[in-house]
Formats: sequence, structure tokens, C-alpha cells
Amino acid sequence: MDWNWQSAYDSIPLLLKGLLVTVELTLLGSALGYALGLVLALLRQARIPVLSQAVWLFIEFIRSTPLLIQVFVLYWLVPPLTGLTMSAFVTGVVALGVHYASYSAEVYRAGIEAVPKGQWEAATALNLPTSRVWTAVVLPQAIPRVLPALGNYTIAMFKETPLLLAIGVLDVLNRAKEVGAQTFRVVEPYTLAGVLFLLVSLPASLLVRRWERRRA
Amino acid sequence: MIRFSGVVKRFGDHTVLDQLDFAVEPGEFVSLIGPSGSGKTTILRLLMTLERVDGGTIEVGGELLSHVRPGVPADGKHLRRMRRRIGMVFQQFNLFPNMNVLRNITEAPIRSLGLAPDEAERRARDLLGMVGLADKADAHPTQLSGGQQQRVAIARALAMRPEVLLLDEVTSALDPELVADVLRVLREIAASTDITILCVTHEMQFAQDVSDRVMMFDHGRVLEDASPEKLFTEPEHERTKEFLRAVIERR
Repeated sequence: MDWNWQSAYDSIPLLLKGLLVTVELTLLGSALGYALGLVLALLRQARIPVLSQAVWLFIEFIRSTPLLIQVFVLYWLVPPLTGLTMSAFVTGVVALGVHYASYSAEVYRAGIEAVPKGQWEAATALNLPTSRVWTAVVLPQAIPRVLPALGNYTIAMFKETPLLLAIGVLDVLNRAKEVGAQTFRVVEPYTLAGVLFLLVSLPASLLVRRWERRRA
Repeated sequence: MIRFSGVVKRFGDHTVLDQLDFAVEPGEFVSLIGPSGSGKTTILRLLMTLERVDGGTIEVGGELLSHVRPGVPADGKHLRRMRRRIGMVFQQFNLFPNMNVLRNITEAPIRSLGLAPDEAERRARDLLGMVGLADKADAHPTQLSGGQQQRVAIARALAMRPEVLLLDEVTSALDPELVADVLRVLREIAASTDITILCVTHEMQFAQDVSDRVMMFDHGRVLEDASPEKLFTEPEHERTKEFLRAVIERR
């Protein structure tokens, strides 16, 4: 195999710059996704006519279409329709956030349903206001239960960010491509990009697994 | 204090309570006994508004509980107002595992009654002393035995100063050696307060000792309603005798 250590070494600074963007996308996408996911889960749970069904339809729609198409829709279709222009980076965060919101909404729902009925009944018997039942009783029990699942989604999201290359986000993969175009060497930057993903994902998933086991 | 008039409750095709009538006077301690499935727990759950009636009316403290006014079923606002007068202790304790003992007891007085936090805490510590757990205020429910958890649950219900206290088989989930502590606390409450208490129980000796009245249920009806002396020593119905014999033999 034709491997050039020098060009591998030279590509590292740009790749790390890309990795930072990838990590930012993942963290911001997670923050948006899990906040929005909780809102979606609560709206579904609230059984408000029409709204709850609309939320269900939205979740199913997002879950049934590829992320890449959602990215294209957000980047090419939404701005001319709404007059709202977003940078590729922001589009990426929103697309990842909305996509994973629909997945996390289901996880939250399962977490909420796992809170025993007796907890709701005790809260009713004590006449706690509905908002307090959620914020003081149900969610503090439901959310710790779902955190490992959300951790796994974040790792999955991290590995999916390269598809934002399609709208020109300067993530690791895009940087690898850039190095390749400049130096005409593709093996080194792409391999290193893969190694960088591995270096972040593997410890992260081991951590989540340990966390899951400890909770079980 | 409590009046059931022609109360009907169905679960699907199954009629649990069929035209049930009974009344409880203020300050009375009434034990509800009978075979499982006879509707005793349903009565408590209706009073706690965890279930809705399918017919008839329930009154608490001279006010309709099940209805806003005759013919108009209770809405959320009405239930919220009426629930203030009623407290319940559950078979499975149902303490909030994400809160320590003190907060389990102060949460509702602060958030539902609007008590000042320091006042709620004082009240909680008094009650913890009464149930013999003054040193457990900072413990988490999972660190307590079942009997201790249930005593916290009793303190939690009392912290709301209810006029009516509902006890739903509060010792059934406990190991035998932990039952006595819980019963001792309940005896003390019965003796020292004027709360009206409805107690579903299989602890016959306890029911005989503390009750002002015992009601024997069978198939959603009051089969026998008498003083504990009478009901436990010379019951009128053969069914009651059979039931008491069965309970004693199981011990």
C-alpha cells in the first residue's frame, strides 16, 4: 500500500479543525434534539385534540424519511419558502436536532410510561398541581432512565454528521476531501478521518455501556 | 362526613359496586373488610377521585364529591378543591423515590396548600417524630425498610391535614415483623386525632381494637355493618363467619 507518513502528518491540523466542527454539530444537535424531543413527547402525551395527532404525524414523517433528504429540504426548500436563510452549519444543527428529536420523543415516551402508576396516584392524592407532577415527580424519574439511550443516539448522530458534506459543512470528512484536493493524496486524510471518528466514538460508547450497566 | 348514595361502579362488563349506600360520621374509624374483589378498595379509590362513579353520588363533608351539583359530573377544578379534604395511604407506599423523606412530606403542603417552606418543614419533622422516624428526614425512600416507608407515607398524608384519611391495605405489602410498627402508629392516630378514617384491612385484631364500626363487604354490597364487638364475635351472616374463619386460618 502506498502510505505517506508525511502527508498523513500534514493533514492532521485541518482534520482536527474539522473534528471540532463535527463535535460542535453533535453537541448542539443533541441539545436541540433532546429538548425538542421532550417537548414533542409531552405534547403527544397531553392528548390535546389535533395537536397531539399532528405531533404524532410529524414524528412518523421524520422517522420514515432519510436524514439527507431532510437536510436538503431544510437547505434548499425552506429558505425560499420562508425567506429564512441559515448557514450550512446552522442548517446541519437544525436538521440533526429535528431528526433526533423525533427519535428521542419515543424514548422519552417509554421513559414516562415506565414511571409506575402509583406515582401518579400518589401525586393526585396529594393534590399536586399538574405542572408540579411533571417537573417534580414524573420527569425526574423518567429522564435518568432514558439518558443512556440518549447517549447512544448522540454517538449515532456523531457518526452521521459527515453527510452534511452534501451542503458544504466543513466537518472532518469535508476537511479530508479538501486535503485530498490540495495534495492529491486521499488515502491518508480519509483514513485519519476514520481513525478520529473511532477515537471519539469507541470510548464514548464504552462509557455509555458502563453507565447502562450501572443503572440496570 | 361521607355519604354514598346509590353508587354504581363498573369496570367493563363487571359491576364492582352495585347501588351502594352507606354513611360515615365525622371522626369515625370504620374498617372495611371482606374477600378480595368485593369492592372495598374501589370505595377508597372513588373517594380519592382516582376513579369516577358510573352512577349515584358521593358526598364528603356535606358537599358533593362526584358532582359539581346534582346531574353535573365533577370537573378537574371541582375535584382539585374537594381533594384537599382527603388523604390516602397506599398498599405500595408510593413514596417519590427521587426525593428524600423530608421533601416527600413537604412537597405537597408547599405546592398544593401554599404553606411556607419552614412551616411545612416544621410540620413534617413533627410528624416524622410521631411515626418514630425523626432521624430519617434526610434518608431516601430506597434506604428505608417497607415499614419505615409506609410510616413516611402516613406522615406525608397527614401533613396535608385531611379531614378524611383513607388506608388501603397499608400493611399487606409488608413483611410480618414490620406490620406491628405501622399498626402502632395507626392506633396512635386513631386515638389522638379526630380525622375520619376509612381503613381497608385484613388485620382483624387491629380492626377489632381500633374501629368504631366494621363493614363487611361482599360482591359490592354491605353485607353487615356493626360494632367490632358484634361483628367479630357474633356475626349475623354465615358468609361473614366463613370469611372470618378463612382469614384466621390463613394466619
